[in-house]
Amino acid sequence: MASTGIIENQFLETEINVSAKRTENLFRILFMMMAGLLILPVLIILTTLVVKGSSMISYEFLFSNPTNGMTEGGIFPALLGTVWLVGVALVISVPVGVAAAVYLSEYAADNWFTRAINLAIINLAGVPSIVHALFGVGAFVIFFGFGTSILAASMTLAVMTLPVVIVATRESLQAVPHAFREACWNMGATRWQTIRRVVLPNSVSGILTGVILEVSRTTGETAPIMFTGAAFFIPVLPESVFDQTMALSLHLFVVATQVPHVPDALPYGVALVLISMVLLMNSASIALRMHLRGKKKW
Amino acid sequence: MVSAAEDMTNVASTRDSAVKLEVRDVAIRYGSDTAIAGINLDVRENEIFGIIGPANAGKTSFLKALNRMNDFNTNMSVDGDIRFEGTNIRDVRNVYALRSRIGVVFPLPVGLPLTVYENVAFVPRLRGIGDKAELDVIVERCLTRAALWDEVKDRLDSLGSLLSGGQQQRLTIARALSQEPELLMLDEFSIAVDPVTTMRIEDVLKELKSEMSIILVTNLVQQARRLADRTAFFLDGECVEIGETEDLFSGQVKDSRTTDYIEGRFG
Amino acid sequence: MSQVHLRQTGNMPDINQRNADWYIDKIVQYLVFLSGISAIILIVGIFIFVTIEGFGFLLEDFSFKEFFLSQWWEPTDDDEPTYGILALMAGTASVTGLAMLVAIPFSMGSAIYVAEFATGKTRESLKVLIELLAAIPSVVWGFIGLSIMNPLIIDVFDVPVGLNILNAGIILGLMAAPIMTSICEDALKAVPDRYREAAEALGGTRWQVIYKTVLPAAKNGLLGGVLLGVGRGFGETMAVLMATGHAINMPGSVFDSVRALTATIAAELGETAVGSPHYQALFTIGIFLFTITFIINLSADLIVRGIRKS
Repeated sequence: MASTGIIENQFLETEINVSAKRTENLFRILFMMMAGLLILPVLIILTTLVVKGSSMISYEFLFSNPTNGMTEGGIFPALLGTVWLVGVALVISVPVGVAAAVYLSEYAADNWFTRAINLAIINLAGVPSIVHALFGVGAFVIFFGFGTSILAASMTLAVMTLPVVIVATRESLQAVPHAFREACWNMGATRWQTIRRVVLPNSVSGILTGVILEVSRTTGETAPIMFTGAAFFIPVLPESVFDQTMALSLHLFVVATQVPHVPDALPYGVALVLISMVLLMNSASIALRMHLRGKKKW
Repeated sequence: MVSAAEDMTNVASTRDSAVKLEVRDVAIRYGSDTAIAGINLDVRENEIFGIIGPANAGKTSFLKALNRMNDFNTNMSVDGDIRFEGTNIRDVRNVYALRSRIGVVFPLPVGLPLTVYENVAFVPRLRGIGDKAELDVIVERCLTRAALWDEVKDRLDSLGSLLSGGQQQRLTIARALSQEPELLMLDEFSIAVDPVTTMRIEDVLKELKSEMSIILVTNLVQQARRLADRTAFFLDGECVEIGETEDLFSGQVKDSRTTDYIEGRFG
Repeated sequence: MSQVHLRQTGNMPDINQRNADWYIDKIVQYLVFLSGISAIILIVGIFIFVTIEGFGFLLEDFSFKEFFLSQWWEPTDDDEPTYGILALMAGTASVTGLAMLVAIPFSMGSAIYVAEFATGKTRESLKVLIELLAAIPSVVWGFIGLSIMNPLIIDVFDVPVGLNILNAGIILGLMAAPIMTSICEDALKAVPDRYREAAEALGGTRWQVIYKTVLPAAKNGLLGGVLLGVGRGFGETMAVLMATGHAINMPGSVFDSVRALTATIAAELGETAVGSPHYQALFTIGIFLFTITFIINLSADLIVRGIRKS
């Protein structure tokens, strides 16, 4: 059959093109190696941390105070401080974040205003962490007068991780088919009744995924809390949200750069604890997501 | 099976009844496209009002306007007056109450992702009924009338959204019945339902007529013939004619297109 | 058939009476709207508060020429403090630049592999690992730069100091790569299958299909991903603080120590008095950083949205 077309056909060959296949395999392997090279450093790093830091891990390490100018002892105040900070940040950001996502998913019309909100969310997520710290100092420490405190630091963290909750919640809400809402509206339910009884309960797992992710991010942040409420060393444990506190992420920075004569293994131990917490929470979030994918409710 | 004589008596008895729904000069537009215009009709108490006509005649848009579901579509505008039990639906102070008193069943079955029990208990709960014993009675009653009770009575806590299509449609009907509506609107309900179940539901509709008004939109003209007291014929966005069902089907029409459609020459 | 009549409950809602649920719905609508605009309020708020704290500097000691063109950042000099951030900008630019050199090819390559070649379990595992890579906190990366990369660079390249552009650049590259990979992967996946099918039907191999059809179609999304990676690199603080060394100078080679804009704020803010010119100057750097990342994010979003529209 003669081909009559003038079609410029880049792909058509009349014989098996060995070199094209070889090129393909070359690129395939190249890209695979690239992906591998991305992952490999992580594995090396994790292994090094485990090897050099696991000697520090013990019950005492986790639950006792640092001693001798922080060259010995444990990390309990830092651990507790992180729990405080993350907890308060959650209390602030989850309600606001979920409500904002509800607005975006259930009420907002598709106009420039909604696009502006979405743009603001993306930008909020992209603001450098040190600028968040500056904002925290200017707004919460000084303007609102909270001083350097857990409250100021947590609020700064909340602002920083708000986008995570909003995006995860919004996606979760939008995954609920619109037909369910219409069915409820047809029966005389108000928007809120529909959201409360049908939409939200079926989005809880997705929201939880976002919350776990937020906890993971908040745990690792250092810059936003450095000047707003976390301190290098505090001899007493915080008693209220108006107190300052130590924090695990900051503690790593301190023992790695600010404390002289630190035994080698100490910062590795701190890093190991921090990264373990973060990776555990992330894995939980990923596992939850995969579990959800299998459980069909409609 | 209802004989022709009984049919005539039914028709006669509704002729003098009060009006449940008044529709005057109603037009519905989507942006600049007119879906339907110049609709004038009444739906009386205790009658089954049939609406027949080919696809895209505006029937579904018409139903959406009747319970103000057009509020949710900014692109959809409704002109004209629709009065439900004397009140203009545009003027009601509580539109949710309006929707609560009008039940709708659409062609696509929707089982809510709640238990079957909670699907049917949804509206009673909204209205403040929390007592389990009362809810049990309502749920069983509505599921029975929707011809679904026997199939689900042993698994009331299974998810409504995971039932089969025909079951979900009957569940939707049960939900509509749980509203104790004064007006029940069905839009081609039998598409998702097998013929036997359709028959059972048609029997239920005949019974329900004594308690409410029913608007039955259907593309099965014989279904209209079986059930409707009066029938309207919608075509290309206008209401061509309205008349006693038997009149239309026996050729006493004002517009020949009605007979053409009924006899299957188009649509 | 059940003979029980339906209308027994007497709870029929009145269409002319607004009940509690009606009011609750309205209240929820307003509350939710307020939360919805919170993101806008916060972004504007960040800009306002950072500007307020830096305002004094802008009014008094700020000279455009000195700020942007002088490499002498000596705010603590008693006689004549200078506020030139040129060297700091060079620090940020060089580290970010190197990071992009590392990250862009690797991210694209990985994205192509995951989106076009890998299947099933391999693909899922890779995606999970990349996601975990993204989760590693900045301060941990900084520590790695200090403890692992530092001696490594000194050994391998035989240089006296291992805290430099090379160190921070590689680390920043590894930090930015996961986000870039996942956005690029999304961009590739967004290309409809029919493009691939059409090209394959014309006889192309996998690679030819990708190279000639998929990549060009995805270029907007890929560009957006790169931009977002740059934005991330620009704004990174702790890792850069710990891995670049503490020398403020104009870099001559990748083995030079530098100081980035973000790190400068982090390193010096604690030692300034609130309201002093030094303090305000640091906030002014903050305004600058905010503006740059805002522009980068805006551009990235516009570009990425450009593809979604078509």
